[in-house]
Amino acid sequence: MSGNMNLTLKVWRQKSNKDKGNFEEFKVNDISPDMSFLEMFDVLNEQLISKGNEPIAFDHDCREGICGMCSMFINGRPHGPKEGITTCQLHMRSFADGDTIIVEPWRANAFPVIKDLVVDRSAFDRIVSAGGFVSVNTGNAQDGNAIPISKNDADIAFAAAACIGCGACVAACKNASAMLFVSAKINQLAHLPQGQPERMQRARAMVHQMDKEGFGACTNTGACSAECPKEISLVNIAAMNCEFVKANVVDSHE
Amino acid sequence: MGAFSFLINSSIGKKIIMGITGIFLVVFLAVHCFVNSLIFVNDGGELFNKAAEFMAHNILIRTMEIFLFLGLIIHALQGMNLTFKNMNARKVKYYKFNGNANSKWYSRSMGLLGTLLALFLILHLKHFWYVSRLTEEITSGEDTLFGEMKEVFANPIVVAAYIIGVISLTYHLLHGFQSAFQSLGLNHRKYTPFIKSLGFWYSIIISVLFAAMPLAVHFGWIK
Amino acid sequence: MSLNSNIPEGKLEEKWIKYKSTVPLVNPSNKRNLEVLIIGSGLAGASAAASLAELGYKVKCFCFQDSPRRAHSIAAQGGINAAKNYQNDGDSIYRLFYDTIKGGDYRAREANVYRLAEISPNIIDQCVAQGVPFAREYGGMLSNRSFGGTQVQRTFYAAGQTGQQLLLGAYSALQRQIGMGNVQMYNRHEMLEIVKIEGKARGIIARNLITGELERHFGHAVLICSGGYGNVFYLSTNAMGSNATAAWKAHKSGAYFGNPCFTQIHPTCIPVSGDHQSKLTLMSESLRNDGRIWVPKKSNDNRNPNEIPEEERDYYLERRYPAFGNLVPRDVASRAAKERCDAGFGVGSSKMAVYLDFKFNMMRYGRVEANKMGIENPSENEILKLGKDVIKEKYGNLFDMYMQITGENPYETPMRIYPAVHYTMGGLWVDYNLMTTVPGLYSLGEANFSDHGANRLGASALMQGLADGYFVIPYTIGAYLANEISVKPESTDHQAFVDAENSVKETIEKLLSINGTKSVDHYHKKLGKVMWDKCGMARNAKGLQEAIDEIKVIRNEFWQNLRVTGKANEFNPELEKAGRVADFLELGELMCIDALHRNESCGGHFREESQTNEGEALRNDQEFSYVAAWEYSQNNWKLHKEELKFENIKIAQRSYK
Repeated sequence: MSGNMNLTLKVWRQKSNKDKGNFEEFKVNDISPDMSFLEMFDVLNEQLISKGNEPIAFDHDCREGICGMCSMFINGRPHGPKEGITTCQLHMRSFADGDTIIVEPWRANAFPVIKDLVVDRSAFDRIVSAGGFVSVNTGNAQDGNAIPISKNDADIAFAAAACIGCGACVAACKNASAMLFVSAKINQLAHLPQGQPERMQRARAMVHQMDKEGFGACTNTGACSAECPKEISLVNIAAMNCEFVKANVVDSHE
Repeated sequence: MGAFSFLINSSIGKKIIMGITGIFLVVFLAVHCFVNSLIFVNDGGELFNKAAEFMAHNILIRTMEIFLFLGLIIHALQGMNLTFKNMNARKVKYYKFNGNANSKWYSRSMGLLGTLLALFLILHLKHFWYVSRLTEEITSGEDTLFGEMKEVFANPIVVAAYIIGVISLTYHLLHGFQSAFQSLGLNHRKYTPFIKSLGFWYSIIISVLFAAMPLAVHFGWIK
Repeated sequence: MSLNSNIPEGKLEEKWIKYKSTVPLVNPSNKRNLEVLIIGSGLAGASAAASLAELGYKVKCFCFQDSPRRAHSIAAQGGINAAKNYQNDGDSIYRLFYDTIKGGDYRAREANVYRLAEISPNIIDQCVAQGVPFAREYGGMLSNRSFGGTQVQRTFYAAGQTGQQLLLGAYSALQRQIGMGNVQMYNRHEMLEIVKIEGKARGIIARNLITGELERHFGHAVLICSGGYGNVFYLSTNAMGSNATAAWKAHKSGAYFGNPCFTQIHPTCIPVSGDHQSKLTLMSESLRNDGRIWVPKKSNDNRNPNEIPEEERDYYLERRYPAFGNLVPRDVASRAAKERCDAGFGVGSSKMAVYLDFKFNMMRYGRVEANKMGIENPSENEILKLGKDVIKEKYGNLFDMYMQITGENPYETPMRIYPAVHYTMGGLWVDYNLMTTVPGLYSLGEANFSDHGANRLGASALMQGLADGYFVIPYTIGAYLANEISVKPESTDHQAFVDAENSVKETIEKLLSINGTKSVDHYHKKLGKVMWDKCGMARNAKGLQEAIDEIKVIRNEFWQNLRVTGKANEFNPELEKAGRVADFLELGELMCIDALHRNESCGGHFREESQTNEGEALRNDQEFSYVAAWEYSQNNWKLHKEELKFENIKIAQRSYK
């Protein structure tokens, strides 16, 4: 078909966490511009299997930009060259015939590589376990309209809650900092009346867990927000800093 | 966590220290720049010397000086600590990292810029602070600070070093000024744009003035 | 075994209330000794795991993704129904119950559906309390929108990401219990076998997907919350990993499979663009509120849609269904699109698409805006610009998504859409307690067959998943576990565990040792094509019979010529896929068998032999008013029927004219 592309891929291969890993080069031909980036990888993998080689392992699931599973570092940027999308939403029309594309896994001590482009992001789950919730058991909720929530607050909370936990913020940050992820959850609940009772405790616990996982600190470069597929705002980090200071300086509870 | 130990032990506490000391240094720089700019009055350094004299003897200023050094040292040490810790958070580096696509190079290079500034400061302190505070040269009336300036800036290599120092300062401030407010949690839809432009103009004006000093003295634009 | 749905006696409105106050309870100290295994961490699984752990049960939860937050419930866009009647527009529990039964084309159980409607308000309350940021009005109250197949506004939503927000709510409750040590979470684990001891479900064999290790887990009860099986069609709106394996293993261990042929084809998806396509993307049903669906009146019309004049367009939904127009239920809209395309009126390069056009409503909104702003005699372009802004505000993210995928600008040219497989109403047969025909083995959410009959209404899947997990299973599981308190945890050295693990091992080794020439995807695509062509939107006896034969051939080939690279004891996505497709190859056959036997049209199941003169679906209540529950035995299936009794609703032929 006309307009189809031939590309060179330089992909990180690593057998397991213990393996050292290295780049491998592949050629893929006749790639349609309508393909998604992951479909291009499907083509490559089919090619590898037909030759009896092992396909490249990569995380993916919903392929519509919401599950947060896909996670490729493409030509030096998480989720590739376009803003506001995930890897699965990236289409090949964003590339040109003859391009060489470099694909690496997310890199951070807190995200160890499992295989090839697959990394372990369970650190995020543990941070949520530390305090990213409202302690309300099933059944003891009052009527949903009992506490009015201003549209503004609901919208701010929603914008923060749009985070899909993909880890692009960590991948983009030169410090491998997870503050955008953590702050989005803290700020979501800080803007809702339901989040108030545990507000201080939450900020302390989540930040503490974040530090324990080995993420770097924030130096406000803004890379996280610029690369976030859901365009979570840096304001969340500032708000988290406030919450954290309040929790440690003002709040009287340990 | 104890009441304030979080400042030392947590990632957020550390950056808050950077922010507070940073803003403190920004204020100092403004005063420093104002006093030094008195040389541009072009009165042979008279007014400037008077101001320097005042700064050297006022008890309040001298006390603040201790805090200034303290702030500077904390800022530098904490900065180093953070930089190394952050570098270590990604032991395996990327083969290709296109940081320019999502952030400014100077935002990502605060450690480097800070190091350049620290080196410059050693030189700067040796040139002026050491002479004015720790020797009798100026207090004895043998020389004036303005005279010292003329002497130091006669050397073109020193002038070049000062210009490099000032450029480092410009970029350090361009990121640091607004970053300090963000670290302290002061990010507001209404005020942040103002803080950002204030930070930009502050960085530019301070730098232009500071850079003009060695140049003006060296080339004899002021007498 | 005869089917007993265990519906409590009494009046419809009192069944669940009475049940709750008479169901046997397990005292707190005993709960600590009872272990529950939950397969899947979507809305049903996560809400059940959190709720049961809160009650004090020892819970283990398994998901194949890297985190429970990634379960495919997250992709639901539109919203969640609840009979809150906040809008004062005449909604009630009965109405939600009625709409659901009618929408399901009278193939669902009254008692279950009524319970679902009854519980629905509690779900909203629970989610709000968890901090789910539902859309709000300026006064601070919860906002509602309307959805297909209903006449009231009862759908709660969080922009186009309702599923995500609800799942994150359930996920946070789950993570809280994990942090407290009440739930042990097994990410990147896949359940591959049910372990039965003395006829009861007593555990599972799971594969650690990172190391490839097989693990044995004991449980007093096992809950299958693993979602639907839409991926049997290869192309669907399901996630790539969505699979039927857990449900299928349960089925092969003795759980009957209910109404397997009931699949929902969603009318508004982005059409297939080529052979490379790996999945289909849904465009929210809410778009049909402002988009008008049409095709050219001339067949094979290759003109640019903007050049086709108004009088040469066929707004076929408005023409056929004047009362509901573009808002007819999903099954009706899907079939109508297929009918037009098959007749040669399709558009786009593939000719398998219809237009969804926003221009008319852009102009309408534009005029309203111009009026508001006091612009006199606005030009056509001014109006259009204002209207575009309104549409952007409402559907901006969906339009961006469309543009990203197709490379076309839907603000300028109409969207091209086509139906795609979206949801499966069928699933493991369960009784009122959500227990399958295997004692101790439960099924929740999309994985079971229970509440949607032959067609699910929009915004009801989220409702059902959460109802099952938060509010049904915590009560109904007690009825079973109250009798199990004296059962000590069985050692996983028990012969039943050893046998189950060996059979899993055998299958894996078999898959790896075929060493043929074709990849897993090759067979999956082949199966998908057969299913879509012959067991898709329209089905007939001849096609279904062919499909059954063809699937057998593909299955044979699969087991003879498959190539799975890599080893068993490592992270091996190809091996995972192979196991899942092996199960789809069996399930697909059962779907066709079920579709063949149900010689009537109902809901999503359209048999060409059973239609009115005008081409509308024709139900046959005399012969088919039952749930088809299939029992597996030795590569064959036996049909059991659960009669459906409608005591509170008068059945009628659905009409949206």
